Amino acid sequence: MALAETETEKDMCGIVGLFLKKDELRPQLGDLLTDMLITMTDRGPDSAGIAIYGDEGGTLKMTVQSDTPATSFAGLDAALSAALGAPVTMRVIDTHAVLTLPEGSDAAARSWLAERGIRVMGSGHAMEIFKEVGLPRDVAARFGIRGMGGSHGIGHTRMATESAVTTLGAHPFSTGADQCLVHNGSLSNHNQMRRVLTAKGFAPQTQNDTEVAACYISSRLAEGASLGAALEGTLEDLDGFFTFVVGTRTGFGVVRDPIACKPAVMAETEDYVAFGSEYRAFAKLPGIDTARVWEPEPATVYFWER
Amino acid sequence: MQTIDMAVTPLRDLNATLQTQAGQTNQTAWVIENPRGAHALAVGLDAPIEVTVKGSTGYYCAGMNKQATVHVTGSAGPGVAENMMSGTVVIEGDASQYAGATGHGGLLVIKGNAASRCGISMKGIDIVVHGNVGHMSAFMAQSGNLVVCGDAGDALGDSLYEARLFVRGSVKSLGADCIEKEMRPEHLEILRDLLARAGAEARPEEFRRYGSARQLYNFHVDHAGAY
Amino acid sequence: MEKTPQTLPRDSWTFSPGINAEIRRAAATGIYDIRGGGAKRRVPHFDDLLFLGASISRYPLEGYREKCDTSVTLGTRFAKKPIELKIPVTIAGMSFGALSGPAKEALGRGATMAGTSTTTGDGGMTNEERGHSEKLVYQYLPSRYGMNPDDLRRADAIEIVVGQGAKPGGGGMLLGQKITERVANMRNLPVGIDQRSACRHPDWTGPDDLEIKILEIREITGWEKPIYVKIGGARPYYDTALAVKAGADVVVLDGMQGGTAATQDVFIEHVGQPTLACIRPAVKALQDLGMHRKVQLVVSGGIRTGADVAKALALGADAVAIGTAALIALGENDPKWGAEYTALGTTADAYDDWHEGRDPAGITTQDPALMQRLDPVEAARRLRNYLAVLTLECQTIARACGKSHVHNLEPEDLCALTIEAAAMAGVPLAGTSWIPGQGGF
Repeated sequence: MALAETETEKDMCGIVGLFLKKDELRPQLGDLLTDMLITMTDRGPDSAGIAIYGDEGGTLKMTVQSDTPATSFAGLDAALSAALGAPVTMRVIDTHAVLTLPEGSDAAARSWLAERGIRVMGSGHAMEIFKEVGLPRDVAARFGIRGMGGSHGIGHTRMATESAVTTLGAHPFSTGADQCLVHNGSLSNHNQMRRVLTAKGFAPQTQNDTEVAACYISSRLAEGASLGAALEGTLEDLDGFFTFVVGTRTGFGVVRDPIACKPAVMAETEDYVAFGSEYRAFAKLPGIDTARVWEPEPATVYFWER
Repeated sequence: MQTIDMAVTPLRDLNATLQTQAGQTNQTAWVIENPRGAHALAVGLDAPIEVTVKGSTGYYCAGMNKQATVHVTGSAGPGVAENMMSGTVVIEGDASQYAGATGHGGLLVIKGNAASRCGISMKGIDIVVHGNVGHMSAFMAQSGNLVVCGDAGDALGDSLYEARLFVRGSVKSLGADCIEKEMRPEHLEILRDLLARAGAEARPEEFRRYGSARQLYNFHVDHAGAY
Repeated sequence: MEKTPQTLPRDSWTFSPGINAEIRRAAATGIYDIRGGGAKRRVPHFDDLLFLGASISRYPLEGYREKCDTSVTLGTRFAKKPIELKIPVTIAGMSFGALSGPAKEALGRGATMAGTSTTTGDGGMTNEERGHSEKLVYQYLPSRYGMNPDDLRRADAIEIVVGQGAKPGGGGMLLGQKITERVANMRNLPVGIDQRSACRHPDWTGPDDLEIKILEIREITGWEKPIYVKIGGARPYYDTALAVKAGADVVVLDGMQGGTAATQDVFIEHVGQPTLACIRPAVKALQDLGMHRKVQLVVSGGIRTGADVAKALALGADAVAIGTAALIALGENDPKWGAEYTALGTTADAYDDWHEGRDPAGITTQDPALMQRLDPVEAARRLRNYLAVLTLECQTIARACGKSHVHNLEPEDLCALTIEAAAMAGVPLAGTSWIPGQGGF
């Protein structure tokens, strides 16, 4: 491709999100999210990803990915355990593996994994994150998303616009503990913001404009801002067309840019809050016929905390 | 009455069937089941038929409609009845953004709320929204009537041409070149007719009228900030 | 007394007389300069490329006897009725409103005689145009002026306009003088006002929405018509790839020299990439998706000669479109109206105030007296002749390169005269094997 076009990566997509207010639906979370994700296939057939906030075992969880899982993951738990001097468990799911690590070992584990060419998708106490190239239906099946329970989750189907179709370019992006973000739109000041964030120590790892937004939220949260305030900040500091859906350990937030012309619709019942790029993502949700359904207002932050 | 179940009938077959109905057809009543938010449902119709969609639709339902009456029992996705020429489209639930965009004629009734950009660039269509409309509604609206029984969002009627806007509730803000105008008897008459045809329980006297200040019709440097 | 020698008055290159005149005009009026046409600055162009021709290693074809096909079929991907053209040159979108009725009629007649298509523009389809064009492409624009399903169905193809080379990212601007009663009625606007055109479509944004919009148009037209997507020369690699992903049958790519009826001069001269720089990235996108020749690429913006046509095809285009050149063939900017151009404060070949509606040639006007000056039948004959010359020239070059079809021209048939053109076209600098930027392309 021409040099004039290689500076950044951008994409278009379908977004879904589901935040449960009550525990009764927890076992069904993965099933509901999978159906929502599959209905958004037309909006993003290139790749799919999901971040799911599941059971907390009291230890740190880290989701890692390898293109050669058979060799990369063989004996990984024992080797990492030896390196950290503490027990590590591993659950391999297709190209991903979820490691449980001792508290405080996040940085040490990341550098050890980086040396072995294993990618970290995200880490935290509740969040697991899975994303791969392929049709949403196939990606969800590979990871067995339907069988996963949890309190909330965010999914994404991707049509790469100014970017290559790769695993690393897939959403959600996680740039902080238990934090994830998905995006539909196109930022117009992300190159400048990337330099600002890099100077503050929150350097994005990819050229994707969405990761810039994720790093921005992480930097604000690290500075002590609430999720709501961090989302408010995107309206001041990020330019362009965007809809962000953000997850934290206990929270779920949505914000659209002031022009707000990319599609977004929300539904709320006593049991849950749902987000979709299109209404049809909600078709199979329980009680959707009587839910409050609305389109989020421009430049307005919505967030829920458990 | 004919029923088409979208769980078994492809979109192409559905539209082809509805589009081939002529003015003289005996098959005037159609029911579409299991739409499940499908896009481009019942588009390009051109016959005096009545189509009831049982459920919610995706983008561009009843796009470019002529003559037909399309009734959606659920909610409609973006661009419902876009570029409608004639006929009637009724949405029982809410409509997403761009409802009635660039419509040239006919009547669009939204019984719930309409999201942003309702009636954008409208060119003669009449739109009656029983609930509220979102931001940038009637942006660059050229002609026709937009009736809002609830409230209007930000920047109503921005860069408006000759369309008439009637709002019963509050207007969050007016867009560039849009102003409140005097409600004259002929406007009350237009409104009375539209409210009756749309089945809206409201009295014309409760509405305010908005229209173009016509300050942007010819460039003047003192208005450069509005461009 | 002897005079002291003086320096000659010296114009500044930075503050040249032209720049100073523009500063004074801006200060007097408070509005940016609006004009018609495309970029006038010199940018690397097809003139900077040369064909190698046949030699001992390659054998040329005989003219007149040995076949060199020029036919092209557009819309072979999804459409039930693709468009078959006899020549690889089409007429670009130009609106009724920007052009007079007789001018649109002449374009239709001339193109039909030559076996090619014409294209509507902002403002809808007229009966004159439909009636005189055997193959007519209907533009689907942000304004949707005059848009209706009947015209959509009587078109031979539909062109969704996302951008144009003169103003990628910009809307249109037609000043009040040309919004006559007929134009106003077609566009549903008050007579005599400035037309403010939107830069985005009213009911979709981005490739994911575009895919759904294309589905809707196909459903309305029974999947018969080819769907073109027209993009301005901004990010040709990505925009071409996205148009293909969204379902386009044909991509129309308009470089910065592509003309317009009216927009800001600052836009025309400072936004977008030269046509020459746009073709290879677009072709690369099609090749990367396995869609080259399956989704056809039509290139426009500064095509003037058969050599330009041949070079665009050699770089990978399936056809070209002409706008400005077609108007000149009809009689636009003809020196025979020299005195009248002078009276307008310009000269015949420099005249670009197409938006003002006072065109002495009767082409870019709605003035009844002026438009009488254009005889559509005679103008059509000139256009037909010109299209024939473009085709003959392109064939001549193709035969010299040994090709039995003009589509068999390839980048390896070319070399470049300048480093810039070599880099942009991805062909070697003449006399070397050096392609600047290769590896980082």
